[in-house]
Amino acid sequence: MTHEAASTDQSLTPARKPSIIVEGVRKTFLLRRSHSFKEAVIGWIRGKDVWSKKFQAIDDVSFVIDEGESVAILGYNGSGKSTMLKMISGVLEPDAGRVLVRGRLAGLIEVGAGFHPDLSGRENVYLNAAILGMKKHEIDARFDDIVEFSGIEPFIDQEVKHYSSGMFMRLAFSVAIHAELDILLVDEILSVGDAPFRAKCQEKIHSLAQEGKTMVIVSHDLDMVRDLCERGIVIREGHQIFDGPIEEALEKLAS
Amino acid sequence: MTTSVDLTEYRQPGRGRGLLDVFSWRYLLRLLVRQGTQTRYRNSVLGWTWSYVKPAAQFLVFYIVMGVFLQFHRDIENFAVYLFAGIVVVNFFNEAFGNATRSIVDNGALVKKIYLPRELFPIAAILVAFIHFLPQAAILLVVCILLGWVPSFAGIGATLLAIAIVAAIALGLGLFFGALNVAYRDAQNFVELIQLFSTWSVPVLYTWQMPEAQLPEWLFTVYMSNPLVVAVELFHEAMWRPTTSSAFPPPEDMLLHGGVAIAICIAALTLGQTVFRRFERRFAQEL
Repeated sequence: MTHEAASTDQSLTPARKPSIIVEGVRKTFLLRRSHSFKEAVIGWIRGKDVWSKKFQAIDDVSFVIDEGESVAILGYNGSGKSTMLKMISGVLEPDAGRVLVRGRLAGLIEVGAGFHPDLSGRENVYLNAAILGMKKHEIDARFDDIVEFSGIEPFIDQEVKHYSSGMFMRLAFSVAIHAELDILLVDEILSVGDAPFRAKCQEKIHSLAQEGKTMVIVSHDLDMVRDLCERGIVIREGHQIFDGPIEEALEKLAS
Repeated sequence: MTTSVDLTEYRQPGRGRGLLDVFSWRYLLRLLVRQGTQTRYRNSVLGWTWSYVKPAAQFLVFYIVMGVFLQFHRDIENFAVYLFAGIVVVNFFNEAFGNATRSIVDNGALVKKIYLPRELFPIAAILVAFIHFLPQAAILLVVCILLGWVPSFAGIGATLLAIAIVAAIALGLGLFFGALNVAYRDAQNFVELIQLFSTWSVPVLYTWQMPEAQLPEWLFTVYMSNPLVVAVELFHEAMWRPTTSSAFPPPEDMLLHGGVAIAICIAALTLGQTVFRRFERRFAQEL
């Protein structure tokens, strides 16, 4: 009796609300074999296969990620995990099914995409934070933290085109990690910088997870994934083959 | 299990409210405009002077050919002012429209990696074009004041209305061709054709009486309803006419043509936004 009461109570007020809902999502890409009308006609006359070929990048994937969860999406190259992440961020739209999200969300998908080489480091911090959806006063409040974390204070007023690639990535990552967000999508960016900087990033992500941020991580660095995530979703050739505890997910991936 | 969750708090990522979203991204819009104006003349010695040199050269060529060789300055009082008032409007349109069309492809790196309302890029492009229009308009104003121009409410109203019309039609067409340009780069070439037409099909190098004399009445009505023609005539009324004493009369039915032009602007904006939103879903794949 008491047990039943407890369970109904729990279903009425779930401890953690979902942040991301993915329902029966499919994504198909058309692989074009010809890039102009002329090429298509000539190819057709010569008897080549000129019609576009369909490629099922994601096939019927469903999962729910609760607020505060850290989830890894695992899979080998070309399995469709980055496509999945892009659909959560809104860059791509699913062909079928739906993706729903709650709260402020930004993808750290290839950080530095919005960097302009002719602007100074300072201007780029503001520009990129604004691209991630931050307001001016929020950026002002965090500016010093961002620069300090990146460790490139002496160069902040130089144009970004004079930066080394390491400095560039450190600043870009620092902006992204300080953005005011509820959901963080991380795509293979922890491979930036040297070992001390990576350790610093990992620590920062840990503290974000403790603050209750929802995190979805795509990475081939399995040790890092094991360290940061409690749950793993394995995707193989666009199909979801496993969803559960991270250790089992890593075993499933290797099998 | 998802059905038990209240879905009203959720949104579908990547689905914005179109142009309305731009208001909540004002800060980014301001930075994009600043970036567009600041980086334009990087590594150039003359810098912003180019914004004056180019229209001045264009003006000189047209003035010598049309004013001196073809003797237009005899028929039109203050022909130089008449010509320049038209040129600045057409230049504003051509630059705004061209920039807006290329804006999505130019910002491709961003469009395919991070979601943000993509309408920001064409709008920023048009604001940048507007900022480059200001120095030209300032030169026009100085010349007009030297020739005895005095400000009037009607004149200022006509100027602002003309600017609004040009910005609206450039944005509407820019959204439409900017979206098409992602999948079919032919759009860019098509836009260059439209820019060529827009330079010659408006009464900049000639007066509105010339097409009236040659065209059948219905076609002249169509001609006069072109939003760009209305904008150029508004500029002529605001800037050039007050500096003249015995000029030819303004075109008849300006109110009617103006009304039709505004309706065309609204239609272009609606069509542009609709097509843009339809194509937007595939931007990241096509780029």
